[in-house]
Amino acid sequence: MKARIALVAALALAACKIDARDDYLGDKDPKQFGIGHTATAAEIAAEDIDVTPDGKGLPPGSGTPEQGMGVYQQNCATCHGVNGEGKPPAYPQLIGGPKTFDFASDFKTPRTIGNYWPYATTLYDYIRRAMPLTAPGSLTPDQTYAVTAWLLYKEGLLPAGTSLDAKGLVAIQMPMRSHFVGDDRRGSTGGKNVR
Amino acid sequence: MSNSKMTRRTLIAGAAAAAGGAILGDLGDAAAQQKAAPPAAAPPPPVAPADPTKVPGGPTTPVGSRSPFVNPQRTPTGEITGTALTPIQDLSGTLTPADLHFTRIHAGIPTIDPAKHTLLIHGMVDRPIELSVADLKRFPAVTRMHFVECAGNGRSAYRTPKPQMTPQQIDGMISNSEWTGVPLSTIFREVGVNKDAKWFLAEGGDACLMARSVPVSKGNDDAIVAYAQNGEPIRPEQGFPLRLLLPGFEGNMNVKWLRRIKLGTDPFYTRWETSKYTDPLPDGKARWFSFEMDAKSIITSPAFPEKLTGAGWWPITGLAWSGRGRITRVDISVDGGKTWAEAELLSPLTAKTQVRFQYLWNWKGNEALIMSRAVDDQGYVQPTLAQLKAVRGPGTDYHFNSIRAWRVATDGTVTFEAAT
Repeated sequence: MKARIALVAALALAACKIDARDDYLGDKDPKQFGIGHTATAAEIAAEDIDVTPDGKGLPPGSGTPEQGMGVYQQNCATCHGVNGEGKPPAYPQLIGGPKTFDFASDFKTPRTIGNYWPYATTLYDYIRRAMPLTAPGSLTPDQTYAVTAWLLYKEGLLPAGTSLDAKGLVAIQMPMRSHFVGDDRRGSTGGKNVR
Repeated sequence: MSNSKMTRRTLIAGAAAAAGGAILGDLGDAAAQQKAAPPAAAPPPPVAPADPTKVPGGPTTPVGSRSPFVNPQRTPTGEITGTALTPIQDLSGTLTPADLHFTRIHAGIPTIDPAKHTLLIHGMVDRPIELSVADLKRFPAVTRMHFVECAGNGRSAYRTPKPQMTPQQIDGMISNSEWTGVPLSTIFREVGVNKDAKWFLAEGGDACLMARSVPVSKGNDDAIVAYAQNGEPIRPEQGFPLRLLLPGFEGNMNVKWLRRIKLGTDPFYTRWETSKYTDPLPDGKARWFSFEMDAKSIITSPAFPEKLTGAGWWPITGLAWSGRGRITRVDISVDGGKTWAEAELLSPLTAKTQVRFQYLWNWKGNEALIMSRAVDDQGYVQPTLAQLKAVRGPGTDYHFNSIRAWRVATDGTVTFEAAT
């Protein structure tokens, strides 16, 4: 009888323990914690600035190379030079690199927009994120399109007088896109088999 | 606020030093100058009492400092797009002191109020969320030792080597820390990442909004949203208040000042994964999304500018690491790679962590070429420079993991030998 009471008590206690506890017991017991708040559309919009090659994220607006030249000279030339020649290594050369994809033979060969960058949309994304260095985010969408247009024009990838907008930017095929290949190093045993 | 705090701390430290000044002589001043002066200015040599056991020492201080006889320095370039390299030759063991962790910045070190900082997770998820730093700390945490290495570490040694290069100048963009934070997999579960999401964008809150694309599989593997480093909040240079930690992946992807994670189907093709951090190859191609840092090692002593004072026993010691797993072996050669012997590994062999190796060399006073070769648990053997150059070309970029050698002359001087 005593034993039975003890058993019942123990079971009750165990049940009670399980019932009272809803704790996290490690990754074997995955949980959602409900921590943080659901992001509002406004919160997302305030930070969702990335632009991808399919054109997603590009804002309305447009600009020509001619307009872009003024934007460039005013905002970019101090570091990157009046003709995009740069001040390497801190401020890279932007345009005018040789149009051969032979960078592995000489590290001094400048990698510029026209001879290296695989996607034109990345220009818009990067300028909007980070440029000009001393006042990032200060260019309007029209100014950003315009300076992108000027850089592409200087690299021979956009005709003079073209008004560049989201659709036009996505349509530009960068000449070196096909030179990029995935990472095949995995599985290499190094040494003379290094990749 | 943080500036005034800093000033107050410096003042207290200065006052404490001044209080002990009668005993310590100009030692206190030296310590204060060491904090304030630019690294190029050499502080006056410290002075210790003739017999420290016969005079009382100094009082306790709110924040400790190094002995005035010890003065490790990084190599700041002084620009907001610059670097500061870790003095790996001055370190023991495997843990990098947080204030000596290498830094690579692309638009300066931002000052961020942790009470205002948020992390947004959105895109292809069931429930986009915004987390404060306090929110993040409520999730179950992990603490792990991992190295972070800049993808460009070793570039000067590869392209423009000089005999008078220190370990710091050769490979100072590597550091190893204890990181504490929340597994990204926990946060992915929290938001409900959609099945079709294969990539995520990690974006920093610095003045260039640094952004890199990372496979979701890495997020579910061992990625961490870290808030602490070596027991304290991450330092501003390392991403305060939050950084992404992707063990074994190139440093640039370990996005500092992390403010946003966006899930998508494809890479986002940011500037830092197209124009930069891609590796030209001799076949007219360039490798992109080359994330993992290959196995590597470097002898940090003997190394330039050390000089061996005579024949006899000298420890050959250094660091080894692999971005793909555990270091299983480090071999040492003292004859330019003709013969190899296994070094002793001093620290726990955990994945994607630096390990310290040691080999006691009985130097006979002869000219010698000493080198180390790391092997990881994937069977990967650190290549020679000739092997690496043959497949990557002299003008390639990033992932410079070839064997490093030191030439020991008969007079004991040690210089860097680039060709291996």
